[in-house]
Amino acid sequence: MPLSTQSQGEDEQYILVTSLDNARNLSNLLKAISFKDHAVFTTTPNGLKVTVEDCKCVQANAFIQADIFQEFTIKEDLITFQVNLTVLLDCLNIFGGSTSAGISTALRMCYKGYGYPLTLFLEEGGVVTVCKINTEEPEEPIDFDFCSSNVTNKVILQSESLKEAFSELDLTSEMLQITIIYFLELSTFGSSGSAHYDYSKDSDMMELFRCKETQTNRYKMSLLKPSTKALTLSCKVSVRTDSRGFLSLQYLVRNDDGQICFVEYFCCPDEEVEEDS
Amino acid sequence: MKFRGKIIDVACLNHFSRVITTISKLTKTCVMRLTPDNLFFVLSGKVTNGGVSMWCELHQANFFDEFQMEGVSSEFNEICLEVTPENLSRALKTVQNAKSVKVKLTKKHCPCLTVAAELPSLSSNSRVVTHDVPVEVVPRSLWHEFKEPSMPDFDVSIYLPPLKTMKNVVDRMKNLSNFLVMEANLSGEMNLKIETDLVSVTTHFKDLGNPSWGDAASQDGGASQSRDPEAMAEVRVDIRKLQQFLVGQQVNPSKAMCNIVHQSVVHLILLHDDVSLQYFIPAVA
Repeated sequence: MPLSTQSQGEDEQYILVTSLDNARNLSNLLKAISFKDHAVFTTTPNGLKVTVEDCKCVQANAFIQADIFQEFTIKEDLITFQVNLTVLLDCLNIFGGSTSAGISTALRMCYKGYGYPLTLFLEEGGVVTVCKINTEEPEEPIDFDFCSSNVTNKVILQSESLKEAFSELDLTSEMLQITIIYFLELSTFGSSGSAHYDYSKDSDMMELFRCKETQTNRYKMSLLKPSTKALTLSCKVSVRTDSRGFLSLQYLVRNDDGQICFVEYFCCPDEEVEEDS
Repeated sequence: MKFRGKIIDVACLNHFSRVITTISKLTKTCVMRLTPDNLFFVLSGKVTNGGVSMWCELHQANFFDEFQMEGVSSEFNEICLEVTPENLSRALKTVQNAKSVKVKLTKKHCPCLTVAAELPSLSSNSRVVTHDVPVEVVPRSLWHEFKEPSMPDFDVSIYLPPLKTMKNVVDRMKNLSNFLVMEANLSGEMNLKIETDLVSVTTHFKDLGNPSWGDAASQDGGASQSRDPEAMAEVRVDIRKLQQFLVGQQVNPSKAMCNIVHQSVVHLILLHDDVSLQYFIPAVA
């Protein structure tokens, strides 16, 4: 592969070297969480996690396991840095982000450590582009303290069913209300009226429906709307709420090669509304 | 001054239409020069268009079945008109299916290029469509501004990479920076580079080939022969100017080349079968 014509010496200086035959397997996932300019990269021998946050109320994470990469070499147990995600996406799509079959951009992503830029080598059709993106001190991602033991309600369904609802969401509604009883209901209250999308627990699309307690929670539409991108990519989604009303949306995404990656969104409920009990 | 031309071949009409559309994407207004043998579309590099200049040359016989013109005088047998190519392009698009199209210089409320065509229709009578595209006559005293540009004394001449690839890369680079450095050498290598506080991006093109112009300098092994083949000649340009050039290209040219005068100007040359287009982008500080 042309990209590996770097000298041995160069390689030894990097503490992280990852490569993908198809850069889309990274760029598509990153697009699904790209609602803010900055992203924190957390890399361990298990793989890569990219985190984006907004207003301290919503957090999105994209997980790409080490075995998704064609090469994944890491010299430390934990590497974190922050980059401008918009710039990174422009670089990953430098050859136009073509979606036609048979044409893919190969990627080699390397990092020398604190203070060094994130270096990308991208190749398509014999043309090589080298990008050096400045890294910043990573901000500590919020810990939403969402643990499985505290989960009140859990619903897993096929993404297909939610896609229609999310694409039609009334954006004049400040809130998205999620109710879980013996069905899952998404509601909006917009300038021309309210809209409700109901998903019965007996529906074919439903893979799991566990409701310990009736819950209605409201979340700021502006914070959750970006999750539509992740939903569009996914084939399955899990909706969980905990006793505080915090929301966890987990999306199962199959990349171009059929491999599985995950994206998750955490969101705080809007404080003004009291929970029904 | 008189001009009257007729196109009867649908392929010629489409080709002519495409050329005008390309010109319309490169500039809002330009000067159209008509001579007995040729049509030229000229944009002279002025501060108002960021110093960019353009020269497009067509042999009229490759497009027109009939072509009659009488210039300003017998000594200066030429017509020079300032035209908005977008208007001409729109007029030509509406007569795409015509059996024949006539273009003539007329005087309505002002001088116009009148495009007239007979269009097929469902009824037995054909429809006649006429478009009057206003033009301004360029006085003889200003003709010197619209001469054919001379070939610059370039440092490097190189064939361009596929325009589509260049366009994709430049489109993305434009999101990241306002300026781009274009550099190339005599070993067939070209780089497009941008650098800002946030990011630096370099795209490397190899094995492009360098045209041999067979000029006096290289024939007798003069100055250009002694140039280090690896040495890059570079020009820093406004990225929007390069993007504008690339956006306009609808058809793959048979030859696409670029001459670089170090830190001065990028001279792009596109050759199609019957049209040649030259575009000059000046260096920015």
